[in-house]
This record gives sequence, C-alpha cells and structure tokens, in this order.
Amino acid sequence: MNNPLALVGRAFLGFLAQTGRAAQFAGRAIWHSFTPPFFLRLHLAQIMRIGYYSLPVVGLTAFFTGGALALQIFIGGDRVGAEAIVPRIVVLGITRELGPVIASLMVAGRVAAAIAAEIGTMRVTEQIDALSTLSTNPFKYLIAPRLVAAILTMPLLVLVADIIGIFGGYLVAVTELDFNGAVYLQNTYDFLRTNDVVSGLVKAAVFGFIIALMGCYHGFHSRGGAQGVGTATTNAVVTASILILAANFVMTTLFFR
Amino acid sequence: MARQAPKIAVENLAKAFGPKTVLDGVNFNVKAGESLVIIGGSGTGKSVTLKCILGLIRPDSGSIRIDGHEVTRLSTSERERVNRKFGMLFQGAALFDSLKVWENVAFGLIQGRGMKRAKARDIAMTKLAQVGLNAQIGELSPAELSGGMQKRVGLARAIAADPEIIFFDEPTTGLDPIMADVINDLIVATVKRMGATAVSITHDMASARKIADRIAMIHKGKIIWEGAAKDIDSSGNAMVEQFIHGSAHGPIQMDVLRA
Repeated sequence: MNNPLALVGRAFLGFLAQTGRAAQFAGRAIWHSFTPPFFLRLHLAQIMRIGYYSLPVVGLTAFFTGGALALQIFIGGDRVGAEAIVPRIVVLGITRELGPVIASLMVAGRVAAAIAAEIGTMRVTEQIDALSTLSTNPFKYLIAPRLVAAILTMPLLVLVADIIGIFGGYLVAVTELDFNGAVYLQNTYDFLRTNDVVSGLVKAAVFGFIIALMGCYHGFHSRGGAQGVGTATTNAVVTASILILAANFVMTTLFFR
Repeated sequence: MARQAPKIAVENLAKAFGPKTVLDGVNFNVKAGESLVIIGGSGTGKSVTLKCILGLIRPDSGSIRIDGHEVTRLSTSERERVNRKFGMLFQGAALFDSLKVWENVAFGLIQGRGMKRAKARDIAMTKLAQVGLNAQIGELSPAELSGGMQKRVGLARAIAADPEIIFFDEPTTGLDPIMADVINDLIVATVKRMGATAVSITHDMASARKIADRIAMIHKGKIIWEGAAKDIDSSGNAMVEQFIHGSAHGPIQMDVLRA
C-alpha cells in the first residue's frame, strides 16, 4: 500500500475529482446567477459587503505598492532618463498587473474567507437544508448574489486601486526622488493606454468570479462543525489566491503576446 | 378512503456513503393524516431516511412515492414544487440567524411563494401565537432565544405554509423534560389541527409514545419492527424491548471498548 506511485496516483485522482466537482458547482452557480427569480435586495447587500467595505483595504495596499514600485524602479534603473522611466513603468505595472492582482489577493483574504465561513456555518447548522425545505434554491438565494456582486464590484475596486497606486508612485517620486510633479503627470498621461486599463478590469472581473466561487464552493461543502468551517475558510483563501495568480498568468499571456 | 395510495411510500431505499452502508433496504408506508415515529439509535440511518424523502440526499436505489408520484429522480424545479408539500423541524432548529424571528417564520411564504411581506408577517405572528410566542419575540433575532424557544420558532416556520406533510428531526433532543413535553403537546396539537401527515425521528421514547399513531424501529439501515404505538410494549422483539428500556445489554451491541 505504500507504493509511492500509488500515493501519487491517488493524490492526482483526488485532485481531478475535486476539479470536476468544482467545475460542476461553477456551472450550476453561473446558471442560477442568470436565471430568475433574482433576490435584488440580497444582491445589493452583497455589493456593499464585498465591494464597498473592501475599499479601505484595497486603497491602502495599492497606495503602498505604487510607492514601493516607484522607489525600486528608480534604484534599479538608470538615473539618466529616470524622469520618463519611473512614471512609465509605474503606470504600466499598476494597470496591467499589480492593481488587479494585489487588489484581488486582498479581497480574496477578506471576502472569500467571510463567504466560506458564513455559508459553511449555514451548512453545518442545517440552514442550507432548511432553505431547500422552504422552496428556496440555495444557489439562487446564497450563491448567485455573492457571485454577481463580486464580478460587478471587483473591476470598480481595481479602477480605484489603479488610481491610488499611480498616485502612490507619484507621491514617492515627487517627495522622495525630487521629480518634477508636472513632468511626472505628463509622462504618466502619455504612457497611459486604454487597453492596459481595460485588460486589468477584465482580469478583475475574472478574479472576482474566482473569489466568490471558491468562498461559496468550500463553504457549501464544509463538513463537521467548527473545525470543518475553519478548514473550508482556509481552503477558500488558498485556492482563490492560487487560482487568481494562475489565471493572471494565463490572461497576461493571452492579452499581451 | 378504502384504496387510497399512501401519502408516503418508501420501498427498498438504499444509501451508502463510500464503503459505509447507511440504508440497506428501508420499507414503510405512511397514510394521509397519520403520525409515524421512527425510533432507533444514533447512526442507524434515521436522519438519512428523512433527507432522502426531502430530496436533500439522493438515494443509491429504491423508490419514494409521495401521493403515488415517484420523487427520487426529479429535476430541481420539480423538486421545489414537491417540497411545497413539506414542512420540516430541524434538530438544531436551523433558524436563519441573519433574519428576525418573524422573518424566519415567514421565509417560505415570502421567498418560496412570493407573498407580500405585510401579509406574510400577519401569518407569521399567528403561527408564533399558536406555538405560544408573542409578537415581541417575533422582532428578536434567533440568537437571543433559548433552545426551547428556538424549537418552537422552528415549529412555527415548519407549519407556516400549512404543509400536508411535516417532518420532525429529534424534536425534543437537548430540551429539559418539561419543555420536551410542551413541544410534544404542540406537535400533537398542530398536526391534528392541520390534519397533516407527520413523520418524526427520535430516540426519546416518551416523545415517541406521545406523538405516534404508529412506531417503526430502524436498526442497521433496516426497519426491524413496525406497529401501532400502543403495541410497542408487547412487540415481542428483543431489540425493540432493549431500546425502549434503554439497556446496554441485549441483542444490540454498541461498539464500545470494554476494559
């Protein structure tokens, strides 16, 4: 039984089964998100919880990331021409990669965990079974509002992250690196491309989907009391983060090659 | 009433979770208006049986007919329609903690049937009154209630939409003997008043004697005895005898390490 090949095989088969279950779950979740009845009040509540209340976290991380980015480019780059290079790479890096990825990872930690804990607790206390016995589909009542809210609000959050991130870079460049503010802004403006921003927002919508899906999936399948809910919460954050980074790589390859 | 199809007919119901067989060919019928209590020890398949009938768990094989219609292979929307006939009181009450008490009771009316909130609220308050809770309690959140009150709210929620069939999952577990008897009385009163069909699972014999017309005992995934509630003391079945007297010694052996 301790054949290493068998161990690898079993782990791999388990992984495939899990992937299949998650894909099936995703299919049902999407179907129920776009077919009536819709619970609009729940959608609005989730937009507030997932979107609005994530603003401080996303804003702060974007600010510090933009600042650190400007500093590193200045230190690592050629001093000659830095006035043009720093704003250019900050605007490119934030809109294409760091804005969507960092904002999504922060929201994954905040929101995927909260969703998994809430739905997981509802699962282990039989509240999800109770929904079914009250003629209410749990996919429509619990999962669809979270999925739709995350897909809608993540791009808006990333837009805010882009702006604050670029501003963070600007502030560091002007106060610490003695850049001319007007020139910095002009350079930022010249290198700002619509496609870079749009690609970042498309990424954000996909990441929002991943975050809500992983939170719901792990919560929905949690088992066995407090410990089960804890495991579900951890798994939701870990899988959401990994999938965000993997999806980011795939999308970067598709968009920019 | 001569040849009416049974309200619930369960035939050869089987379910296994991985290598563990939980239901191994369960058979029973429940007539309209009858109250059946299924007794049995922990882990003998009582809850799984109820969840199969409710469509929360899909059985591996066997048949479940409600009013003569097969329900084991229904689509989600058909299942939702069938579930409108059911009300269920969960073991832990399973109240939605994000909603007020009255919103819990009115949930099936508002979300499930699209009733206006004001009208659903009136019905919820009436149902709460039927289980002995006043309007002030309706405005509280479930977390502020004691276990016995939560059970009563759960009962009010289960009967809110006037279901034809009500399930009770361990209705008295975790309650003190007096509150347990209050719940038993409420169950008998509401079921009789509504003329509903009731299926309860319990291991509380006092409760079983009080609410049952008929009793069935399940052991290792099979119904091993079934009869009128008044015959339970003369069942002639050694396992039933052991269970109702609560003895550790007898044909049912628990897997406990002995020193």
